[in-house]
Amino acid sequence: MTKLFGFAMLLAATLIVLAIIGLVLFDLLLKGAGSFSWNFLTQFPRKGMTEGGIFPAIFGTTLVTLLSTLFAMPLGIGCAVYLHEYAVDNRRTRLIRASVRNLAGVPSIVYGLFGLAVFVEGMGMGPSVLAAGCTLGLLTLPSIIATTEEALRNVPRLSREGSLALGATRWECVYTVVLPSAVPGILTGLILALSRAAGETAPILFTGVAFYARYLPASVLDEFMALPYHLYILSTQHHAIEEVRPLAYATALTLLLLVFLLNLTAFWVRSRYKS
Amino acid sequence: MKENIKMDVQGLALFFGKKQILKNINLSIPEGKITALIGPSGCGKSTLLRSLNRLHDLQPEARLSGKILLDGHNILHHNTNVVHLRRRVGMVFQKPNPFPMSVAENVAYGIKINNLCGKTEMQSRVEQCLRSSFLWEEVADDLEKSALELSGGQQQRLCIARAIAVEPEVILLDEPCSALDPISTAKIEELLLGLRGKFTQIIVTHNMQQAQRVADFTAFMYLGELIEFGETRQIFEQPVQELTKNYVLGHFG
Repeated sequence: MTKLFGFAMLLAATLIVLAIIGLVLFDLLLKGAGSFSWNFLTQFPRKGMTEGGIFPAIFGTTLVTLLSTLFAMPLGIGCAVYLHEYAVDNRRTRLIRASVRNLAGVPSIVYGLFGLAVFVEGMGMGPSVLAAGCTLGLLTLPSIIATTEEALRNVPRLSREGSLALGATRWECVYTVVLPSAVPGILTGLILALSRAAGETAPILFTGVAFYARYLPASVLDEFMALPYHLYILSTQHHAIEEVRPLAYATALTLLLLVFLLNLTAFWVRSRYKS
Repeated sequence: MKENIKMDVQGLALFFGKKQILKNINLSIPEGKITALIGPSGCGKSTLLRSLNRLHDLQPEARLSGKILLDGHNILHHNTNVVHLRRRVGMVFQKPNPFPMSVAENVAYGIKINNLCGKTEMQSRVEQCLRSSFLWEEVADDLEKSALELSGGQQQRLCIARAIAVEPEVILLDEPCSALDPISTAKIEELLLGLRGKFTQIIVTHNMQQAQRVADFTAFMYLGELIEFGETRQIFEQPVQELTKNYVLGHFG
């Protein structure tokens, strides 16, 4: 009886979550699908953003997300390899682990302010794709470290010992046996971190996102438009909010599709390597 | 005993944390012969084996004291180059653990990381190792196939090929047949006997028939202590210790 009750509760919880996702999607499709078109994805905004598309925002979000990965991937994987493969359990490494965990709990707006102080001002990058990419990279760092460590933990001890017993150094063992086996797990974590970075607004707010840019960024030192911020403007800051509402919905739909696509890729990578 | 001694364990004790696993082990491993370590599960035979190439270094809670001499040099000394030691003392594990690479790459792995030969020589060297481990006939046509597609017995022979490829002096075998069927086991035993003389082999086994079939010398361990060591025939037919006698007669185990 209690078993049945537990099952019913779980089922109800699942259904509620699914219903919420369904409702959001349904709402977005209902109000945004009308404005969603190939032109919407490929054109610049026109007439004070009341017409045209969101191409520069898609481009900007893609660019800054890729840049953040470029920055966070080597740092995050390196840190995880150090923590899991080399570090002995002492005060210093415990401090590093605690810091990484705490970093994951820092609100994203604080990352934005940090990026403003360090990258934009301190290192003189100015508000730019580069500064925003670095800030987003920092934001994803803790989750990349955590998922990479998890992937390394899942490499069987027997594989490591097989390599070491042949006279491999620790690095040779990590590089030739451990990392290749951990690649699927690392990739999955990386893509999920990426999809989170793509949807963030606060960290790019002070570090390089533009209200409106007439041109695509020509270099990483230019400002850029981004989907989440564009959505924010269309829904709260625009001079004709009611008029652009369908565009806002279509933008939200695009962002959601982008994130969904990334998650799907992660799913695909994992299942492909498993077989 | 008039044999040349390859490895000499002297007063070895091993602790995991506070728990003592090995107590005052003294054991002289003759060169070029096969020595079997037997004893009931948990007696410390695998632990002793893993001390001989310092695989316990990976576990920070393991503490060793005493001496293990390899050609007269103490490998437990903190100045020992562990990487070099493990090249001289190879190992084959309980479960076959080929790397997720091709058959040829598995054999080439140790040769490459130890820079034992150039690219041109590699092919013939891989072939030679596969021949020595009686695997060549079976895999000659699919050297590029993933090693994970081989059968368990083939994988284990591949692991032996991989181990001898770096030309070690000693090979440690940790129950190498425990995951294999009788036919694969017979092949491995034939292989080990074929490698006799070229390498010093130390095999942990729970199978007393296997010890009698392959080993020149046998050491019987019980509860972390070495009870008796001698020629295999003597251990099984005229054991000195009562404990050894009871074990080899199958009274406990």
